[in-house]
Amino acid sequence: MTSFINALPGAVSQGLIWGIMAIGLYITYRILNLSDLTVDGSFCTGGVVCVMLMVNGWNVWAAMLGAFLAGAVTGLVTGFFHTKCGIPAILSGILTQLGLWSVNLAIMGMKANTALNVNKYDLLVSLRYLQDVNKGTRPFYQHPIFVVGLVTAGVIGVMYWFFGTERGCSIRATGANENMARAQGINTNVNKVLGLALANGLVAFSGALLCQYQSYAEINMGRGAIVIGLAAIIIGEVAFGHFFRNFALKLMSVSLGAIVYYIVIQAVISLLKIDSNYLKLISALIVAFFLAMPYWKQQYFRKKKTAVKKED
Amino acid sequence: MLKIQNVKKTFNPGTVNEKVALNGLNLHLKEGEFVTVIGGNGAGKSTMLNAVAGVWGVDEGVITIGGVDVTNLPEYQRAKYIGRVFQDPMMGTAATMQIEENLALAARRGQPRTLRKGITKAEREAYMDQLKILDLGLENRMTAKVGLLSGGQRQALTLLMATLRKPKLLLLDEHTAALDPKTAAKVLEATQKIVEKDHLTTMMITHNMRDAIAYGDRLIMMYDGHIVVDISGKEKKNLTVEQLLNLFSQASGSDEADDKLLLS
Repeated sequence: MTSFINALPGAVSQGLIWGIMAIGLYITYRILNLSDLTVDGSFCTGGVVCVMLMVNGWNVWAAMLGAFLAGAVTGLVTGFFHTKCGIPAILSGILTQLGLWSVNLAIMGMKANTALNVNKYDLLVSLRYLQDVNKGTRPFYQHPIFVVGLVTAGVIGVMYWFFGTERGCSIRATGANENMARAQGINTNVNKVLGLALANGLVAFSGALLCQYQSYAEINMGRGAIVIGLAAIIIGEVAFGHFFRNFALKLMSVSLGAIVYYIVIQAVISLLKIDSNYLKLISALIVAFFLAMPYWKQQYFRKKKTAVKKED
Repeated sequence: MLKIQNVKKTFNPGTVNEKVALNGLNLHLKEGEFVTVIGGNGAGKSTMLNAVAGVWGVDEGVITIGGVDVTNLPEYQRAKYIGRVFQDPMMGTAATMQIEENLALAARRGQPRTLRKGITKAEREAYMDQLKILDLGLENRMTAKVGLLSGGQRQALTLLMATLRKPKLLLLDEHTAALDPKTAAKVLEATQKIVEKDHLTTMMITHNMRDAIAYGDRLIMMYDGHIVVDISGKEKKNLTVEQLLNLFSQASGSDEADDKLLLS
């Protein structure tokens, strides 16, 4: 139990970092109504680009901007496959993701991983900083929960502004009703590409944060990202959907969903002492459970209603 | 205002499902003309509207709106000139967005979508006045999600959206067919009001022959992908349903014409 409590700050930090990825996924999955599987690849792209830029002397913020832009390009590629080649969105994402595996390796000079020495570089977040704050050798405002919490608030703020602009509204219309959007003179293809680019930019930005946090980038760091993102979205909706109606609050519930997810995973590891190689299986089961919840709820209520009718 | 010249469209060419939907269609609408369009199922009414709106490209022919050749323009670019209301009430509005957001989207039809605010305070007040015209109480529910509205309310809202920015051409594709008679009458009334107020060039497809006679100043009947009857002015005003049925039988040379037109 103490090991679980000690691990909590780390779990929350990781949850916050992945929460930014989930906010990116929310743009495609919920706003644009597209299933974008690019994220498994673009998350890793963000990580490797950030690490390589920092190793080559870039400032941490510039490196993260580079990661964002690289992620946006991966979204453009998926968008190109989808809108210009007529390939279904889900398949377009899979193609980009597959291709990115080679690209990501190439960025790292054909190595499977690259370290980012926490002593050599000025990082924004790091597991080491978390430990240092606990020891008292660093000020509290360098704690990852504080830093990533602020970054998340900034991201939510920018998203809230953007989706309230003319362009942002037209993207929402594209996802809500494509027929209507075109009839109102909206170029739906451009909007889909734009949404995919923005979403994958955020996903890569989140990957850039994670590689700093864990002090390395590796080729498999994005594997299963889509599942974690979906988990965060669904958990957020199931747990907070009833009282979070405002768009900014909805995005916040996605971030909270990611934190809940990481706490649950940490609890499973610490309390049940399960081999961490079973993690992917457990993740899949947790997500399946939360995805099934709304369906079960509906089924349950429907049965109840018909039962009442029969009594009449 | 609208010129359709020798337009042809065949669906699924070269297959067993091949269907010649438009077969050398010609139509010329003057500015401010309100045309009602009737015809049996498969006569090409909706196909004609979709061809004008640019849902897909045509095989042959030229379409111009207000002198601009739009034949090769994609749907979203033609939207600058065209307001549309669909048969399906779900199709014309974004259900997950608010009433005022839907209106704001429509108010920007044909304009670039920038990073300026999606809806301003001044707009909100203007929309409130516009919604009052519909007389459905929507002006008090501006921030309600459109998905919460009834089919009739959504259709009336779509009509307002289509005309919020005065279109060169208003296309109504059986926009009251999916509504109950009372609501349909109300939406038609609003249509009449708006079309008269803004003097809009309008094409309205309908299955109701009485409506086809009562509304508009010109009536066309389609059969087999082209126009077979075209009546306007006094002659149209004095039409009866019986006369219309006779005209259809003559034009199509078929005895089952009555059933086909009435039942469809």
